[in-house]
Amino acid sequence: MVLRLALLALAATLGFSVQAQPIRIGAFLAVTGPAAFLGDPEQKTLELYVEKTNAAGGVLGRKLELVSYDSAGDAEKARTYARRLIEQDRVDVIVGGSTTGETMAVVPLAEAAGMPFISLAGAVVIVEPVKKWVFKTPHTDRMACEKIFVDMRARGATRAALISGSGGFDKSMRAECLKVAGKHGVSIVADETYGAGDTDMTAQLTKIKNAAGVQAVLNAGFGQGPAIVTKNYRQLGIAVPLYQSHGVASKQFVKLAGDAAEGVRLPAAALLVAETLPDADAQKKVVVDYKRAYEARFRQEVSTFGGHAYDGLMLALEAMRRAGSTEKAKVRDALESIRGYMGTAGAVNMSAQDHMGLDLTAFRMLEVRQGDWQLVKPGH
Amino acid sequence: MSAQLLQFLLSGLTVGAIYALVALGFAIIYNASHVINFAQGEFVMIGGMATVSFIDAGLPLPLSIVLAVGAAALVGLLLEKLAIEPARNASVVTLIIITIGASILLRGLASLAWDKKIHALPAFSGEAPIALGGATLLPQTLWVLGVAAVVLALLWWFFNRTLTGSAILAVSHNRLAAQLMGVSVRRVLLVSFGLSAALGALAGILIAPITFTSWDVGVMLGLKGFAAAILGGLGSGPGAVVGGLALGMIESLGAGYLSSAYKDVFAFLIILAALVVLPNGLFGRRTSERV
Repeated sequence: MVLRLALLALAATLGFSVQAQPIRIGAFLAVTGPAAFLGDPEQKTLELYVEKTNAAGGVLGRKLELVSYDSAGDAEKARTYARRLIEQDRVDVIVGGSTTGETMAVVPLAEAAGMPFISLAGAVVIVEPVKKWVFKTPHTDRMACEKIFVDMRARGATRAALISGSGGFDKSMRAECLKVAGKHGVSIVADETYGAGDTDMTAQLTKIKNAAGVQAVLNAGFGQGPAIVTKNYRQLGIAVPLYQSHGVASKQFVKLAGDAAEGVRLPAAALLVAETLPDADAQKKVVVDYKRAYEARFRQEVSTFGGHAYDGLMLALEAMRRAGSTEKAKVRDALESIRGYMGTAGAVNMSAQDHMGLDLTAFRMLEVRQGDWQLVKPGH
Repeated sequence: MSAQLLQFLLSGLTVGAIYALVALGFAIIYNASHVINFAQGEFVMIGGMATVSFIDAGLPLPLSIVLAVGAAALVGLLLEKLAIEPARNASVVTLIIITIGASILLRGLASLAWDKKIHALPAFSGEAPIALGGATLLPQTLWVLGVAAVVLALLWWFFNRTLTGSAILAVSHNRLAAQLMGVSVRRVLLVSFGLSAALGALAGILIAPITFTSWDVGVMLGLKGFAAAILGGLGSGPGAVVGGLALGMIESLGAGYLSSAYKDVFAFLIILAALVVLPNGLFGRRTSERV
């Protein structure tokens, strides 16, 4: 035993590879529970791409090993599993945290342990203020607001009404939109809300309809609420453009709202319209490849959430290649220096001030036309 | 009357009709057993979700509706047979707690048997809004109101003109005396659970084109339906309808003229006030406890 250890130490100092240890990728994801629609595709994506990477020879000549736990969307469980990943499993990097709550519960652990941590959750607070060891891959709701306001201005609208739900996503997006509206020259002239289980929003929309000079309406919402808002909007015959959020950027929304969804615009990740992107689009290859690989393997429609996990894993591996090792400090520095990486969420340009690295081009403005998405050409 | 006020009233009517249908289901079981069935919202959910899956299986809408109502009634009967009847000697509070447990179980089963997605049903007669003095109303709202009226009439006939209905009323007035007259309390309970499950399912189907349906749609609808039943007077059919419509109007006018953020607060405040001033609701029986 002692001899073996001594030999190992000798081999290590001489730079021999005794028998290459696998690179351990740690993950805690909400695979079950209320946030399963996030965690489930994330888990599947990580499994798929760890497998693919190993089939292609691994990274730095070493295989990958995925250590994943189901946090069920519970921040307390996430903390427990993250501690286990760090202390017992001794992973090299953590890619995970389906929700903002889980992520923020784990941030102090990652910071204290010096563990590169790439979160898959949405909120701005994860990377603002910048935390040394924490990165994230999804775009933020603030960016969605900005994308919408830019589009409103392009159509000549400066006075907008806001209607939002009372869920966590809805509230956070409403707050971000109110914050950045002024910056884009849009004034919010009406601000209505509705409850989680509400069945009719015509009262709120009637108020908006009668508010003076409304030129566009933005619905910050998630779940069935936005579909009801869209139906009520048409019922009342409101003529100004309606914008929905990236929270309902799925075929399900179009299906639920039916004909009422015609003409609705919303910002979404390129993944949603992968095949309709022009060939010249630098992002097309990565999103089409990921979409095809995912759908061929799991026989279900790809979601942007799985894409976030893809980006997280690929960024971690890219950083290891650049660092030439899995040494945590080096991987962290390499992560921070990644520029021009093209992921499913967009072009990533990390810096010491920005641990997300995405800009507004990450979102595409879509319009519902004949029950399908259509890319809005800039300036239309 | 301004177009805006009219629109608020019509919105209130839509929501109120939905609450009224859900509240009617509470009334039937309460009548028979003095139990408030907190699984009532789940019957609403089962109606909507089952119809969606029958339609997805290729069945026409009318047949799907009949099958879904039947399926929900079966669930209601099973609930009574397997959970309520074995505990028939327990106190009313225990029975109410059992229904809460049943609602959680049914929700869990639904999320497994179906999925956690939101589904829509097509509107029965199109989605072209009906214009009415500057305000608009969806045709589906008329369906909800119309069926609520028919159901109310049928229930009146059932309770006043049929033997089974009279038996339920007899049990609700005096359980022991009814039993001595040869009424089977066990059967009365079974019938009332089946009936209110079918009614809840019917409500769930009628409202699905307006509100959509999903595995957890029963939680909030059940709560609002319960509130409507309290407001109207527990156990009263007309009370449930008036309570539902009033609750819908209060919410809509509150959201319209005051603030949409406190819409639910107004509704529950009115109910609290009603309970203090009119403890038996608007239409409830005036009862007094004999000591």
